[in-house]
Amino acid sequence: MTRYSIWSLARNALSHHADWPRQWRSPAPRPAYDVVIVGGGGHGLATAYYLAKEHGIANVAVLEKGWLGGGNTGRNTTIVRSNYLWDESAALYELSLKLWEGLSKDLNYNVMLSQRGVLNLAHSLGDVRAGRRRAEANRLNGIDSVWLEPEGVKKVCPPLNTSASLRYPVLGSTWQPRGGTARHDAVAWGYARAADARGVDIIQTCEVTGIRRDPDGRVAGVETTQGFIGAGKVGIVAAGHTSVLAAMADIRLPIQSHPLQALVSEPIKPVLDCVVMSGAIHVYVSQSDKGELVIGAGIDGYNSYAQRGSVHVLEHQTAALCELFPVFARLRMMRTWAGIVDVCPDASPILGKTPVPGLFINGGWGTGGFKATPGSGYVFAHTIARDEPHPVAAPFALERFTTGALIDEHGAAAVAH
Amino acid sequence: MLLIECPWCGPREEPEFHYGGQAHVVRPADPAALSDADWAAYVFLRDNPKGVFAERWCHTAGCRRWFNVLRDTVSHRVLAVYRMGETAPAVDPALVEGAR
Ligand SMILES: Cc1cc2nc3c(=O)[nH]c(=O)nc-3n(C[C@H](O)[C@H](O)[C@H](O)COP(=O)(O)OP(=O)(O)OC[C@H]3O[C@@H](n4cnc5c(N)ncnc54)[C@H](O)[C@@H]3O)c2cc1C
Ligand SMILES: [Zn+2]
Repeated sequence: MTRYSIWSLARNALSHHADWPRQWRSPAPRPAYDVVIVGGGGHGLATAYYLAKEHGIANVAVLEKGWLGGGNTGRNTTIVRSNYLWDESAALYELSLKLWEGLSKDLNYNVMLSQRGVLNLAHSLGDVRAGRRRAEANRLNGIDSVWLEPEGVKKVCPPLNTSASLRYPVLGSTWQPRGGTARHDAVAWGYARAADARGVDIIQTCEVTGIRRDPDGRVAGVETTQGFIGAGKVGIVAAGHTSVLAAMADIRLPIQSHPLQALVSEPIKPVLDCVVMSGAIHVYVSQSDKGELVIGAGIDGYNSYAQRGSVHVLEHQTAALCELFPVFARLRMMRTWAGIVDVCPDASPILGKTPVPGLFINGGWGTGGFKATPGSGYVFAHTIARDEPHPVAAPFALERFTTGALIDEHGAAAVAH
Repeated sequence: MLLIECPWCGPREEPEFHYGGQAHVVRPADPAALSDADWAAYVFLRDNPKGVFAERWCHTAGCRRWFNVLRDTVSHRVLAVYRMGETAPAVDPALVEGAR
């Protein structure tokens, strides 16, 4: 792997950037691997990277039915934060945020983490109570959350309409300064390049169509559009398609797949230097480095695998945007799109072993898994390598739906990501 | 946006309706006899097919009645609409994108 640096940039500038080497190989699949990861999004690639780096398991393939990061990783609105309510989630998302903070260096790849701060607005007495409680809970867990009164919110974000005449006035907000955004594609590409450099095979346009098991029930490998590939262990990291993959091993999950849409405006000069989210009136917004406003909201209500949602959902979120930022009312929107998100009843992921020996699941991240990409890969790699859950992953096991130990993060997740 | 045919009011646009998830989930006959795993299955585990899905909708902004819909989760095509208590009609596989 050629290291990226100011020198390699200068050297390649001399040849007009025509001689950059490929970032990863595109090998034909080998007949068998120690571990096969199904899904080449950020979480799958991060899992492969940490398997090689932390556990010395490099005989690994990542199988992706389309192209790297073409799922939710490349479709998401890139908000990164760790201000979740419960201790279990705080541990997972904060581990992630810490990894984010060193990620560009670790991967030798600029993931463009921009810690510009995240506001989660409150619009009702219930919101205020929940927000304050969450900020306090965060601080007990060492997370940099604070509660802001409306004047403080206005200071952080001047273009925001904090007047009392709003239909749902801003009554306060949580504020996490270390939150922000990152470059979604770079996360997939950076992990892919670093995993490849450690020997991981990344195989695109290879769809898994079946999961083969031994007579004793243990995973033996996967059927794919490029033939059978043997595997000692298989990790399902397929986001919206988690249920479809699990069904191949006769596992039913508490997951429902929904479209989640987003849209971007025409690029404008810098106007918004933090992330603003409102779970109550259903919109969130940040400004990309290119100047576009990146706008998202809640899921479409119905189950779907179509990567397409309904226009009334977009109408609702742009109405909420214009109420919060009257200054944006005349902006034109450039593109809309959707991803398929795998939603769990408690708005927390499923991370761990399954009833099938050798088969592991990392899914159910729903509307908010991008922020967790590094931590998720880190604890999932440990879980696969040791065949036992990483302590941070343990509470997120599938069994919680039987024991009743749900991790209810609807308040922290909701519309919000 | 979906165009959904309410069995009582006829075709109406999606925002008039509320989604109710999987249809035909049967309440356990003897709840006290259920194991934790059975309860988990009843309360949380759901079908999530890529293809034909039997689901419930409520016409909240209209007659306010619940009914069942068979819908393709890949094309979003509404394949059949039928009333509560009725069994799902057969669908023409040629109309289903998800199964292909
Ligand atoms: C519009 C939108 C906005 C979002 N905004 C945010 C946000 O601001 N912050 C945040 O934290 N999260 C956000 N999310 C959620 C976030 O995108 C996801 O939780 C996260 O990216 C999931 O990563 P992943 O690697 O698990 O999934 P993906 O990137 O979807 O990767 C899964 C991969 O599996 C592949 N696959 C599926 N089936 C098969 C098969 N049979 N064989 C081989 N490969 C298969 C898919 O092609 C896909 O590439 C958003 C999501 C959407 C859709
Ligand atoms: Zn009706």
